[in-house]
Amino acid sequence: MLNLSKNHALLTFTAFIVFFGLSTVIAIFPALDMQNSVQPLSKAVDLSPEERAGLNIYIAEGCVACHTQQVRNIEMDKVWGDRPSLASDYYYSKKRMDVWRQSPSLLGSERTGPDLTNVGKRQPSQDWHLIHLYNPRIVVEQSVMAPYPWLFELKSPSEVEPTDVKVNVPKKFLKNASLVVVAKDEALNLVKYIQSLKQVDPSFAIPDFIPSSGTDAFAETTPDGQALDGKSLYIQNCAACHQPSGEGLAGAFPTLKNSPIVIDEDYDFMVRIIIQGYDARDEYGVMPPLGDQLNDSEIAAIVNYERNSWGNEAARVSTEDVKRIRDFVNALNQ
Amino acid sequence: MFSGKGMFHFIKISCTTPKVLIFALFFLHPFTSVIAQESNKNILEQPGIIGTIVLGAMILIIATLIAIIRASTYLKKIKETNSLKSPEGLRQQIVNLEADKIAHILEERTRSEKMPQKNIKFPKFLANVKEKAAYALIHIDESSINDYLQQRLTNLGYELSGQELGSNAEVLDKRGLVVSQSQDVSSPIYDDKQRSDYKIVADPALAKIVISYIAASTFWLLFGTFIGLYVGIKFVAPDIESLSFLSFGRLRPVHTNAVFWGWSSLAMIGLGYFVVTRTSNAKIYNVRWAWIALALMNLSVILGTIFLMAGINNGGGEYREYIWPVISLFAIGLFITFLNFYKTVANRKTEDIYISNWYILAGCIWTLVLVTIGYLPFYQEGLGETIIQGYYMHQGVGMWFMTFTLGLVYYFLPSSLNKPIYSYSLGILAFWTQMLFYTLIGTHHFVFSPIPWWLQTVAIVFSIGMFIPVLAGTTNFLLTMRGSFSQIGRSYVLPFMLVGVLFYFIGSTQGSFQAFRFTNFVWHFTDFNVAHSHITMYGIISFFLWGCIYALVPKLIGREPNQLLVGVHFWLSFLGLIVYTFSLMIGGTERGLSWIEGAPFIESVSLMFPYWLWRAIGGTFMFFGHIFFWYNLHLVYRGWRTSTITPKEKRDVELV
Repeated sequence: MLNLSKNHALLTFTAFIVFFGLSTVIAIFPALDMQNSVQPLSKAVDLSPEERAGLNIYIAEGCVACHTQQVRNIEMDKVWGDRPSLASDYYYSKKRMDVWRQSPSLLGSERTGPDLTNVGKRQPSQDWHLIHLYNPRIVVEQSVMAPYPWLFELKSPSEVEPTDVKVNVPKKFLKNASLVVVAKDEALNLVKYIQSLKQVDPSFAIPDFIPSSGTDAFAETTPDGQALDGKSLYIQNCAACHQPSGEGLAGAFPTLKNSPIVIDEDYDFMVRIIIQGYDARDEYGVMPPLGDQLNDSEIAAIVNYERNSWGNEAARVSTEDVKRIRDFVNALNQ
Repeated sequence: MFSGKGMFHFIKISCTTPKVLIFALFFLHPFTSVIAQESNKNILEQPGIIGTIVLGAMILIIATLIAIIRASTYLKKIKETNSLKSPEGLRQQIVNLEADKIAHILEERTRSEKMPQKNIKFPKFLANVKEKAAYALIHIDESSINDYLQQRLTNLGYELSGQELGSNAEVLDKRGLVVSQSQDVSSPIYDDKQRSDYKIVADPALAKIVISYIAASTFWLLFGTFIGLYVGIKFVAPDIESLSFLSFGRLRPVHTNAVFWGWSSLAMIGLGYFVVTRTSNAKIYNVRWAWIALALMNLSVILGTIFLMAGINNGGGEYREYIWPVISLFAIGLFITFLNFYKTVANRKTEDIYISNWYILAGCIWTLVLVTIGYLPFYQEGLGETIIQGYYMHQGVGMWFMTFTLGLVYYFLPSSLNKPIYSYSLGILAFWTQMLFYTLIGTHHFVFSPIPWWLQTVAIVFSIGMFIPVLAGTTNFLLTMRGSFSQIGRSYVLPFMLVGVLFYFIGSTQGSFQAFRFTNFVWHFTDFNVAHSHITMYGIISFFLWGCIYALVPKLIGREPNQLLVGVHFWLSFLGLIVYTFSLMIGGTERGLSWIEGAPFIESVSLMFPYWLWRAIGGTFMFFGHIFFWYNLHLVYRGWRTSTITPKEKRDVELV
């Protein structure tokens, strides 16, 4: 007869062996299986040395405390990626970092800031990321993210080397306005890592998002251009740089308010900039191409919002107009 | 005789429950209206949400109940004072007076210059009922009082012949059954608590160990929660400074690890040394080991803090942020502690192993397994790490803090009520089910993630199984307290214990609700999780630990804390926790709904501002509560440093 309450050795051993057994079944075996059976997607590439250095900064600064990197297979997570995350997506990034530090906990458990699974596609601009890292509130007024000024140096204009990457920080965010903000390697690597975060096309069929609970409560808006909310599309895709006020940021991102390009009767150029990107003016950062991310009706909704907000007034653009310009651009590229 | 009074309190209070419920609904109003307007009504039909609202309402109801109990005690006191103004009320008070006092009153009454008063006004310097009664007896304009006083004086003069029971034996409390005797009620603003003037005669080496562990843990509590408060403030003031080693991402794990490994763990182990030796009726196996372990664990937290602030962490997994050389120090300390406990239990002078020691020994051995599995690298590439992370962070709370603390409660709750635990068997049922269910549910932190669906399902199903150990434990504690609820108003230890039991039920049940797929939908990734972890680690663990510390340390040292300040600590921490958790639960829900609606992400950041502000306010309350806790201990400890052991105590110690 087992008498656990009288035999301390037996009691301790039983508690140990049962717990160890359960742990093996519920944690060690599944973990081993995940480690050994998962292969990378065929189109995925390993991180470059700079990107890996950036990942190390990402971990050292504790970015995972606020940023997840997992698109869950539920509809509300659609904004963060084209498809739900797969175990294969983490093949290269979740490797043991060095002898002292284990595989990074990239999936995260809190989304105080946005999910970063696909941020490289959503927000490819290096200029934006550098300014944002220096102080997030320069570009996103309501942000509560920590500033990272120690990833940058302040130099007097005479000390700046030609190879230095200058960051256009507005004067009011600098204690000494005569100095120039230059990104250190840490900042550049971190941005390279962030830019590398893109979902790879799996090239095989995967389960789609689970529609949210099937009730009316959480129904999606129809993909019809008229029903799309230009304002929220603008906030999601454009406002990070051009700001919710449309006023941009002096020295970094141009204003859309009263912009001759935006309110021009001929909208072709504006739509082309959105589709193709734009890098013609030195005083501003590079505008990334958004043609792959946004469909024609979404672009039309954004253009209409921009042309008729903040005091702007211009004729509306239809989905067909956008389609015509896109076809034209595609024809040029061929 | 007190249980009857207690029941009366309870009936009276339950009549006010509807009002309390209305109050609770009022508090929840912004929350419900948001749901109703913005997302149809059916979110309120979800079992997980309903369950959580009910649990939230229970916190408020019980908080109100405690406040009512305390207030009614105070009102009773005022009523008592008023009764002193009538001759009938005064007559009843005569019995509390000593003979010489009565003689003095009679003498005063006969003095001609004392003017009798029609309506008695009590001077402020009269601190307690007895003094007031004496004053009233002197001044009341009622001649019959003289007769009563005279009668009482005569009665008091009566002496037994010593032969009434047919014996010449002297009446003596030979076994020291009378613990203390007090007729002095001194506080003008709160009900005087039961005192424990006696000192536990303990091995001085053991006392020194317990006290040192608790002192170290108190330091980490103040440090860890100060960092926590500062980190919370950063949500509303992100540009407060921009130094790398004080940035949010680096300080957050400093906070969590300091309160985990510094505060809770050290306090638990310190109290554990007392429980293990006392319930085994054996001396501590090796005193030196206890000191070595204390040094190792403190060193681990100090180094860990420095490394984290320097940006060196293990990979960002929660509670696994210390790199392996640092956590190894802690693990070695824990291994030594386990051996010390085990050997002490092995040397026990009782046949049975008391239930507390089941929990304490198992807590240590499970945590050693857990840390080893958590840090070994062989299966942690790719999502292997994520599975281990879910397992590790869940079990860290469940198998270490919860298990060990429950072990302490199984000793300190019955002992501070001075009665046995209600059911030993329920405790054992809770023990095995805790091990079985808690171990299997770690993956519920990663529902809808790319982790295998079957693992997620197992975790969700067994999360429901957690109701068994939780209900068994809660029932056991409440039935142990049954009939003694009136003692809550008279003890400064029991309110902490009651809040701990309450949150044990609420926090654990809520955790199970949160694992449902729908609730995960709304709450996952939001601040709701932060609220949940504070309900458990603070509401359960910290409140239980405070209860245990206040129950033990004054008796160990033989010096009482200032009761008023213990009350201030209790209410600051309790109210702070309520403000903290409710603001984050409501804000977290709004945020989740905003995501489901597909509103721009930044809106869900802006909408949190008021809730983050309230969180910082609640956190400030909690932190000030901890300062009072430190000060209370400081006052008690000062008595320890100055006291010397008398020859009689020395002899008793040798007998233990």
